[in-house]
Amino acid sequence: MISDAKPDRQTWGLDHQFDSVDQQRESSFLGMWIFLVTEIMFFGGLFATYIVYRGQNTDGFVAGSHELDITLGAVNTAVLIGSSLTMALAVWAAQTDRRKATVWFILATILLGGVFLGVKVVEYGAKFEHHLVPGPEFHWPGPEKTESVQMFFNLYFLMTGLHALHMIIGIGILAVLAWLAWRGVFSASNHNLVEGVGLYWHFVDIVWIFLFPLLYLLGRSG
Amino acid sequence: MSERQGPRRQHYLNATWGLKSWLLTKDHKRIAILYLLGITVFFFIGGLFAVLIRLELATPAGDMVQPDTYNRLFTMHGVMMIFFFLIPSIPAVLGNFLIPLMIGAKDLAFPKLNLASWYIYMLGGSFALWAMFNGGVDTGWTFYTPFSTTFSNSYVIATALGIFILGFSSILTGLNFVVTIHRMRAPGLTWFRLPLFVWAQYATSLIQILGTPVLAVTILLVAAERLLHIGIFDPALGGDPVLFQHLFWFYSHPAVYIMVLPSMGVISELITAFARKRIFGYQFVAFASIAIAVLGFLVWGHHMFVSSQSVYAGVVFSFLSMFVAVPSAVKVFNWTATLYQGSISWDTPMLYALGFIGLFTIGGLTGVMLSTLGIDIHVHDTYFVVAHFHYIMVGGAIMGYLGGLHFWWPKITGRLYPVFWSKLSALMIFVGFNLTFFPQFLLGYMGMPRRYHAYPEEFQVLNVMSSAGATILGVGYLIPMIYFVWSMRYGERASSNPWGAVGLEWETTSPPPSHNFLEPPTVDHEAYDYVRRAQEQRVA
Amino acid sequence: MNQGKGFWESLPLFPERASTLASEVDTLYFFTVAVAIFFSLLVAALVLYFAVRYRRRHPNEVGQPEKTITWLEITWSVIPFLILMVMFVWGAKVFFIAFRPPSNAVEYYVVGKQWMWKFQHPQGKREINDLHVPVGQPIKLTMTSEDVIHSFFVPAFRIKADVLPGRYTTAWFEATKAGAYHIFCAEYCGTEHSRMGGTIHVMEPRDYEAWLEQDAPTDERLLSGEELFAKYVCNTCHYPDSSARAPILYGIFGEQAELADGSRVLVDENYLRESILNPTAKIVAGYQALMPTYQGQVGEEELIQLIAYIKGLEPAGGGEQTASGGSTAQETAP
Repeated sequence: MISDAKPDRQTWGLDHQFDSVDQQRESSFLGMWIFLVTEIMFFGGLFATYIVYRGQNTDGFVAGSHELDITLGAVNTAVLIGSSLTMALAVWAAQTDRRKATVWFILATILLGGVFLGVKVVEYGAKFEHHLVPGPEFHWPGPEKTESVQMFFNLYFLMTGLHALHMIIGIGILAVLAWLAWRGVFSASNHNLVEGVGLYWHFVDIVWIFLFPLLYLLGRSG
Repeated sequence: MSERQGPRRQHYLNATWGLKSWLLTKDHKRIAILYLLGITVFFFIGGLFAVLIRLELATPAGDMVQPDTYNRLFTMHGVMMIFFFLIPSIPAVLGNFLIPLMIGAKDLAFPKLNLASWYIYMLGGSFALWAMFNGGVDTGWTFYTPFSTTFSNSYVIATALGIFILGFSSILTGLNFVVTIHRMRAPGLTWFRLPLFVWAQYATSLIQILGTPVLAVTILLVAAERLLHIGIFDPALGGDPVLFQHLFWFYSHPAVYIMVLPSMGVISELITAFARKRIFGYQFVAFASIAIAVLGFLVWGHHMFVSSQSVYAGVVFSFLSMFVAVPSAVKVFNWTATLYQGSISWDTPMLYALGFIGLFTIGGLTGVMLSTLGIDIHVHDTYFVVAHFHYIMVGGAIMGYLGGLHFWWPKITGRLYPVFWSKLSALMIFVGFNLTFFPQFLLGYMGMPRRYHAYPEEFQVLNVMSSAGATILGVGYLIPMIYFVWSMRYGERASSNPWGAVGLEWETTSPPPSHNFLEPPTVDHEAYDYVRRAQEQRVA
Repeated sequence: MNQGKGFWESLPLFPERASTLASEVDTLYFFTVAVAIFFSLLVAALVLYFAVRYRRRHPNEVGQPEKTITWLEITWSVIPFLILMVMFVWGAKVFFIAFRPPSNAVEYYVVGKQWMWKFQHPQGKREINDLHVPVGQPIKLTMTSEDVIHSFFVPAFRIKADVLPGRYTTAWFEATKAGAYHIFCAEYCGTEHSRMGGTIHVMEPRDYEAWLEQDAPTDERLLSGEELFAKYVCNTCHYPDSSARAPILYGIFGEQAELADGSRVLVDENYLRESILNPTAKIVAGYQALMPTYQGQVGEEELIQLIAYIKGLEPAGGGEQTASGGSTAQETAP
């Protein structure tokens, strides 16, 4: 998906359909950006659903968002921003031919991604304990209509779940990337893959930057 | 790779041999052939369902199959035809084959991704077929909630999963085309020198990229509600069924343009080639494609005028829908004007093109009638709608697909097909099509709702006409199937440019070599420059 | 387009016209058909003429060089656009007529379920799949569904409106001609979708009165709205002379209510429905969220009875302080 670039010392990873390395590089990036546009549309559909249902069930959504742990959410936001930084540094290291640094920064990104998912597991666990997971076990003691609050948690789990799925896929790709970097595949003239994965990782972060206020913060002051 | 020596020239078909060389190919031309096989299978499955539907409707009483069976028939007809035939048809077969050739590239930008798209397509199709053989799905291809999420007892999730998987194929194909068109054009081939088929494919790809992900998330929401019984769209669980319709049509209305825009691109190629004339108003036709793609995203609400969305939303969507008609009309007028003072041959592909103009005009004008609010109240969800969209999808998209297949068949296979049979079948398809679907306009205005297994007796005459027409149409579709297969072995060998058309794809041999061109082409002239061609011939 | 009604309606190609809306829709339809025929014929004639007139005479012949004529492009963009705007405005006008019931419309209730239509007359009489209505009386249908989405469609009246679970939608008509006309369900709703139909019997007012007088077929008696109001103990909080625990319901229908968050809401069928099923969603200013939900306890037909009852509660005397024990509710249910 990222690039058809194969490490080949003789042709510098140039595939037969391209005339030049530049053409291949530009194509890879354009492809990656278009892929991210499709991702935006995918999450856009979810955000639209959220906004519509928030309008219909405002009281339930406000009550639901009060049940989320804002501290853990904020910690996770910081962790993800940190992982974006390490990812950017990994790209920089690959561009400047620093093999070991590339590997370490990728590993750091994986680690931070893992921390994020760990915190998410803790948060999900708390929802199970409080019977806030949609389904037959769901129980809402407050005055708001159960369906309204449950709708909030339906969307909470769908949105954060799909985001977490993107994180897991990203960590998988990063693991392969770390291995490739360790083997010395990337160099100042061949780092398209690192940059492409970097774009993907930043995108996943940005989705969270939208999810966090929408799910945790909105309606909390009121 | 077996080396075959002999008088045969090397080309993409005989460059390598064996099943493996096809299943692992990265050549866009071979992948196009793989798609051709796939979509033909799905077309015939979908067509078989259509035959059964028309047989059932020949009599008013629902006496041939059970109601549940009938509901599965029309659902699977729609699912197969729309998702597994029409949406991939022209892009994945003709687009795949032609875009690199037309822009003078050796291949698409991402050949492995292209092959992966085919496998994804086949995987999605397998899921849908699996669901079908296990009993099918009865929700209608529109999957309206809460029927699909709570009430239906059929294979909704397996079918939806098949469509979900297929969506990735569609997205990745669109992505591949956009990157290829942006980055792989031959030197000198500027945007306004591109063949209009490439413009149309570009516009189509934009829709595939922007629309399909929304369908994907909608399918996930439906699956979540159906599997986990959590409330998303079912009002009994706190959901809003109309939101599903918004999300669904946000993709599925633009999807209509995924089907018909490439067909319009084919028609622009056919008209110019068989009138031997540059297209009238090139830039207007090119931008009309983009305008249709963009406006197509703003009009989904015209499927929901009576759905309880607000009256004002209905007015806005009706207003915006009127705008889509303008670029469509511009295209029709420009094609017509291209014929003026042309040198028009009546070869088979041109018959399809001329037929397309007529049928698409009727389909488009009835579409405008449907977006007129006062009429839609009455004809919404009746056979009027069925007739309208078959004029667009069968009269439009399939006529373009078949016309294109006949036009480029010599390039694809290096063989010619029999002229008589091809003209006969084109005529049968045109006549059969009109006999099948024109009566349905009348039925619709009389009030026969769609998806009816049984109907009141006063509708029978028109239904019998429609079923009779479908017989002719069905035979019309079978004939090309036979002579295309026949021609691959017995057809006359085609020259590199049997129609005397201009365009880079005609400057290479038929069939083309594996990397398309022996010499990388450069371009120093406009598209469809037949005057220059004539001068060159005179000099020669 | 020929307006000879007898001719058109004798053909099995045209639906009967039996409502005031029908002729509005038909006139618009004839206009658009005329536009469609004109442009179809124009394009077809030009295509065929050019294809014959400029047919290829020598194998090496090519067409004339093309020149872009911008004024022509603009002309054939603008003229269709203007025609489209006429269609849009005219269509919207008919649409507003179709969705705005006149104020003197009498209200009938419709409940759709897989696969039947249930009707209730304002006088309380109930029918299934058959609906008797008088000629010349505007009738507003308030509709809901017990399960999936249906669509109420009467071709002879040219009306159609989706019928959704969980909310009320409306349609209206004024029948102009006695007779029996098809009712169809137009939104696919499952196995027997094609049999979810019925007949509208349009009768002269006198015949309709006579029909109403007949004994209702022996379907089980449904509790009236007033009885339900008591059964669900609504009257322990919502009673006429005290607004201590809950808003007074007399005369509330059609008014604006001020909500706790300061916004205002129109008290209509959908708001009353929501307030019964999901009371905390929109609390009227000054009240606590005390009311329990009746989701799952009150069926669709009972809801309709309750709402009809509340709509019939007329404001007592004047002002909300006045005790109104004596005023009898304008009961509409049987």
